[in-house]
Amino acid sequence: MIPGEFTYHRPSSVAEAIAILASHGDEARPLSGGHSLIPMMKLRMAAPEHLVDLGGIADLKGISEDGGTITIGCMTTQHELIGSDLLADKLPIIRETSLLIADPQIRYMGTLGGNVANGDPGNDMPGLMQCLGATYVLTGPDGDREVAARDFYEAAYFTALAPEEILTAVKIPAPPAGHGYAYEKLKRKVGDYATAAAAVVLTMTGGTVASCSIALTNVADTPLHAADASDILTGSTLDASTIASAVAAAEAITDPASDGRGPAEYRTKMAGIMMQRALARAAERASA
Amino acid sequence: MNDMTPTREQREAALEGMGCKRKRVEDVRFTQGKGQYVDDLKLPGMVFGDFVRSPYPHAKITKIDATEALKIPGVIAVLTAEDLKGVNLAWMPTLAGDVQMVLADGKVLYQNQEVAFVVAEDRYIADDAIQLVEVEYEELPVLVDPFKSMDPDAPVLRPDLEGKTEGAHGPRKHHNHIFNWEVGDEDETAKAFAEADVTINEMISYHRTHPSPLETCQCVASMDKVKGELTVWGTFQAPHVIRTVASLLSTIPEHKIHVIAPDIGGGFGNKVGAYPGYICSIVASIVTGVPVKWVEDRMENLSTTSFARDYHMTTEIAAKSDGTVTGLKVHVLADHGGFDACADPSKWPAGFFNIVTGSYDFPAAHLSVDGVYTNKAPGGVAYRCSFRVTEAAYCIERAMDILAQKLDMDPADLRMKNFVKADQFPYQSALGWEYDSGDYHTAMQKAMDTIGYRELRAEQKAKQEAFKRGETREIMGIGVSFFTEIVGAGPSKNCDILGVAMFDSAEIRVHPTGSVISRMGTKSQGQGHETTWAQIIATEIGIPAADIMVEEGNTDTAPYGLGTYGSRSTPVAGAAIALAARKIRNKAQMIAAHMLEVSEYDLEWDIDGFQVKGNPEARKSMKEIAWAAYHAPPPNMEPGLEAVSYYDPPNMTYPFGAYFCVMDIDVDTGVASTRRFYALDDCGTRINPMIIEGQVHGGLTEAFAIAMGQEIRYDEMGNVLGASFMDFFIPTAVETPHWETDHTVTPSPHHPIGAKGVGESPNVGGVPAFSNAVNDAFQFLGSTHIQMPHDSWRVWQAAKDLGAHG
Ligand SMILES: Cc1cc2nc3c(=O)[nH]c(=O)nc-3n(C[C@H](O)[C@H](O)[C@H](O)COP(=O)(O)OP(=O)(O)OC[C@H]3O[C@@H](n4cnc5c(N)ncnc54)[C@H](O)[C@@H]3O)c2cc1C
Repeated sequence: MIPGEFTYHRPSSVAEAIAILASHGDEARPLSGGHSLIPMMKLRMAAPEHLVDLGGIADLKGISEDGGTITIGCMTTQHELIGSDLLADKLPIIRETSLLIADPQIRYMGTLGGNVANGDPGNDMPGLMQCLGATYVLTGPDGDREVAARDFYEAAYFTALAPEEILTAVKIPAPPAGHGYAYEKLKRKVGDYATAAAAVVLTMTGGTVASCSIALTNVADTPLHAADASDILTGSTLDASTIASAVAAAEAITDPASDGRGPAEYRTKMAGIMMQRALARAAERASA
Repeated sequence: MNDMTPTREQREAALEGMGCKRKRVEDVRFTQGKGQYVDDLKLPGMVFGDFVRSPYPHAKITKIDATEALKIPGVIAVLTAEDLKGVNLAWMPTLAGDVQMVLADGKVLYQNQEVAFVVAEDRYIADDAIQLVEVEYEELPVLVDPFKSMDPDAPVLRPDLEGKTEGAHGPRKHHNHIFNWEVGDEDETAKAFAEADVTINEMISYHRTHPSPLETCQCVASMDKVKGELTVWGTFQAPHVIRTVASLLSTIPEHKIHVIAPDIGGGFGNKVGAYPGYICSIVASIVTGVPVKWVEDRMENLSTTSFARDYHMTTEIAAKSDGTVTGLKVHVLADHGGFDACADPSKWPAGFFNIVTGSYDFPAAHLSVDGVYTNKAPGGVAYRCSFRVTEAAYCIERAMDILAQKLDMDPADLRMKNFVKADQFPYQSALGWEYDSGDYHTAMQKAMDTIGYRELRAEQKAKQEAFKRGETREIMGIGVSFFTEIVGAGPSKNCDILGVAMFDSAEIRVHPTGSVISRMGTKSQGQGHETTWAQIIATEIGIPAADIMVEEGNTDTAPYGLGTYGSRSTPVAGAAIALAARKIRNKAQMIAAHMLEVSEYDLEWDIDGFQVKGNPEARKSMKEIAWAAYHAPPPNMEPGLEAVSYYDPPNMTYPFGAYFCVMDIDVDTGVASTRRFYALDDCGTRINPMIIEGQVHGGLTEAFAIAMGQEIRYDEMGNVLGASFMDFFIPTAVETPHWETDHTVTPSPHHPIGAKGVGESPNVGGVPAFSNAVNDAFQFLGSTHIQMPHDSWRVWQAAKDLGAHG
C-alpha cells in the first residue's frame, strides 16, 4: 500500500503543465484530487514517474454560464458542484449525482475533471455527462479541441485523451426550464461505486415525453448513452408497455462485470430498475 | 451531624461503583488522538519489516532470489525460511496443535502467504525492495471447496503431514483431514429420530468473514544483545501467553522477555494468535541488533491474519407434532484453510460448539465436527464471540425457525415451548454443559410484549396478501433469535492454552493516601476495562473509582493472566478483582478494629468504611484505614494494603438474550432495510450500564455487517476476493440500523459479583436475528433456507428463484 517513486511537479499555468506532460509522455500523469489516482498508485496498479499537480493553476476552477452553455473548470471539486447556486438552478441533476459520490471527505478533494478523465466505468459523472450531452475541452500543445462525452470513452481507462493533453473544462448545454431529471444509483453502502445507476433528463408536453436522454453507469467497461431507450420513450406517455420496451433496449446494451456487487445478470437487471425509477421521478418533476 | 456531612447516598454516588453509568476514562485520550498504539512507538535506530507474499494459492517454490532487492540502498536483509531454519523457527506451533509455516518452506498454501521478510531502513524502501525479490513458483492444483477436500483424488496440501494418521485431536481419515470431534449420545439421538413425528434436515452455512479491527496487527521487537533481553510491543489480546510462547520458541528465558501490549485499536479475536510478522520481527531484531517494526496493511490483515467462521453445519431436529423437540443431530464441516490455527482452548478443536443445543431442552443430541484443510488463509478465531459459539447459535436459531415452519407454528411460540425452564437451572445439557442460571421465558415474554410481536405478525400477514395481489413489491420479515452464550473460559478442569490453565488475575495496591493502582492479566482492546475494573474495586473497598488506576498489558508489572477474548474478562478477571478487593477489605477491617479499639467482629461495612455496629458515629473511612496501614498497623500485622488474586472459575457463565429484527425487503433490487431491531440482554449483574449499551451497539453493528454481506470470498482459482474495505462490508452510520436495547438481570450464582460478560452476546444473537428476518420474509413464497450473507444480489437471487419477479 505504498506507491513507487515519482517526481512531483506543481506548475502554475496550463501551458507549463502541458509542457511537462509533453516532455515525459506516458511516464507522466496529471494529478487533480488524487482520489482515484493515488489509491491505484498505492496498489502499484499505476506507477507514473511524474505527477503533474493541477492544483496550482487558478484558471482551472469555476462554474460559469454563457448563452445557454454552462462551463465547469476541471479543478472544480465535487463539493463545489454541490454548493453551486447556478447549478442548483440550471442543472440540479449535477447536485443530486454529486451527493451520491463517495463521501464528503472524498468530495472535498475529488474534481469533476478527474472524475470524467479517469475513464473508470465506476465513476458517476461520465454517464451523467453523456446524458446531458456535454462536451469536454481537451487542451494540448496545439491548443484546444472538443470531444463529446458520448464519444470520449473507448474502454476501461482508455479515452480520447492524449498523454500530453489536459481536460480543462466541461461544457454543458443547459436543459430547458421545467425539465425533469433524476439520478438513481444502487450501491452497497456509502462510499461505494454503483452496482448500477441511471441518469434521466426529460421534458414533457401535455403528458407526452417531448425529449428524453438516458445514460447508464457501471454496467459496461464505459458509460453507456442509452440512445435507443431514449428514442423509444420520446413521444410516449410513459405507459407501462413502452417503458418495458425501453428498459429492454437499455438492458440490451449493458455488459457488466460480475464482481462483489453481484453477477452480471443482476447488474443488468438493476440498470433496468434504476432507469425505471429515474424515469418515474424525472416525469414527476417535469412541469406540464 | 453538620450540613457538610455527606449523606449515605452522596457517599455511595461519590464512589461511581458498580451500576453507575460512569463515563469511560480511557476515552479522554482516545477521543483526542492521544492513545499510544504500537505504530506510535518510535525507537532510535528502528527499522521496518515487510513481506513478500505469494500471488498463488497453491504452488511449489523453486527459487527465491533477493540479489536485486539487496542492491537498493537502505535494504538491510531479506529473510527466507532457510534463514529461519537456522534458529529453528521456519515453522511454529499453532494454538490448535498443528504447525504453521512462518515463511513459505518449499511451497505456499494460500494466496498472500508470507514468502520472505524484507528488512529496510524505512517502509518505502521495504516496499520497493519487495517488488524486486524474485520468486519462482510452480503452480499446483488448488483446493477451494471444503466439500471436495476429502475426495480420494484431492490435492495433497500438507506433505509435511504425510503418513501421520494421528493428529492433535485423534485419528485423521484423509490427507486433508485435520480432526474429527464427537460429542453426545449417538444411539439415544438415533432413537429420538426414529420415534419422531416430524424431522428437519438442512445444511446451514456460516460463511467466512474476518474480525477486521480498526488497527491491524503490528509489533516492534527489540533485542538488547548486551543484556540478552528481548522487548516486544505488540497488538496482543493475550500478552502473557505470547511471552510464554516466545520464550518456549526462542529459548530466551521468560524473565528476559518483556511483552508489552500498549493501547489496542480493537481485536475481536484477530489479535489472539501468533503471526509470522511477530516471529520475523523478533528474528530480524536478533539478527540486526536494532528494533524492527512490522505493521500490516488492511489487505494483509483481511487476507492473511485469522479469518472467522467457515462452518458448514448439516442440522437435523427431531420433534413431536406438538412442537416438543426430542433430538438434535449436527454434523459440521469446518474449513480451516492451510493450517489449523484456530484460537481455541487447546482441548477444544471446535471450541464450545457443543453449546449448539442453545436455549432448548433437548433430551438427546449428537454432534460431529470434521476439520479439513483447503487453500485458504488459516485462522478460525472467535470474532467477537466465545469459541465457535456464534456458529452454534446461528445453527440452532436458524434450525428452530425451519422446524417452526415445518410444524406451521409461530417461531416465538416454538421457542417458548422448548426453553429450559427457570427451575431447571443449574441445567445439564445433552452435549455436556452445566448452564449456571437463566430465566428464558421472562426475557422472551418481555421482548415480545415490548416489540408488539403479535401486531407485527398481523401486519406481515396483511402485507403478504397485498404482495400476492400485486399492490406492493415489498415484503416484510420478522427475525426471532433467542441465544444462550457460554463465556468465561475457563475452569482449569477443561480449559487450557498450551497447558496453561485459563485462570485470570488481579493485583490491587492501596497507597497510603487512599488511592489505588491495580493491574490485571487481561488486556482491553476497547472494552473499557480502565473504567469498569475500577468500578468493581470502588464498590468492594469504598474508594472512589476516580482514585483507582487500572493498568494492563505489561507482562513485567501485571500479574499473569490469559488475556481478553471470548467474553472472559468479567467472568474470570472480574471475579479475581472482586476477590482481591475482598482480601484488602478483610485486612482493612482488622486495621479499623485496632484503630477503633473494638473487636473486628463488632464492625460492619458501610459503603466506604467500617463502623461499629449500633454506633455508626464510630467509623473509619477506607482513606483513614489506608493511612494507618502504612503509618501504624496493628502489632504483629504486616504493614501495607495490597492483595493479589488468581481466580480459577468453577464454571462458565451463560449470558442469554432475546433479539427481534423487523425488516422490509424490496424484491426487485434485493435491498433489505431494517425497520426495527430490539435487543434484550441478560448478562447477570450490570457493572456499567452505559458500557454494556455501547458493547451491544458495537456487537449488533458487526452482526448486521456479517449477516448482510461481510465476507471473505474466494473464487474457484483460490484468489481471495474482497480483501479491502471497498468490498469488505463495514457499515457506516448511514447503513447501521437504530438499536433498541433492554435487559433482564439473572445473576450468575457462582460468580463473586454475579456478572456474566456481555461483549460478544450481540454478535452471537444478532446474526441469527438478521438472517431469520430475511428468511422469514421469503417463507410465504415457499422458501425454507437462504444462505448468508444476505447482500442485495443474493436476496434478489432468492426472490428470483422463488418466482417473485414474475
Ligand atoms: C472510497 C472512494 C469512493 C469513491 N466513490 C466514488 C463514487 O461513488 N462515484 C464516483 O464517481 N467516484 C468515486 N470515487 C472517485 C472520486 O470521485 C475521485 O475523486 C474521482 O474519480 C477522480 O477525481 P480526482 O480529482 O480525485 O482525480 P485524480 O485521482 O487526481 O485523477 C484521476 C485520473 O484522471 C487523470 N486526470 C485528473 N485530472 C485530469 C485532467 N484535468 N485532465 C486529464 N487527466 C486528468 C489523472 O491523471 C488520473 O489518471 C471514489 C473514490 C474513493 C477513494
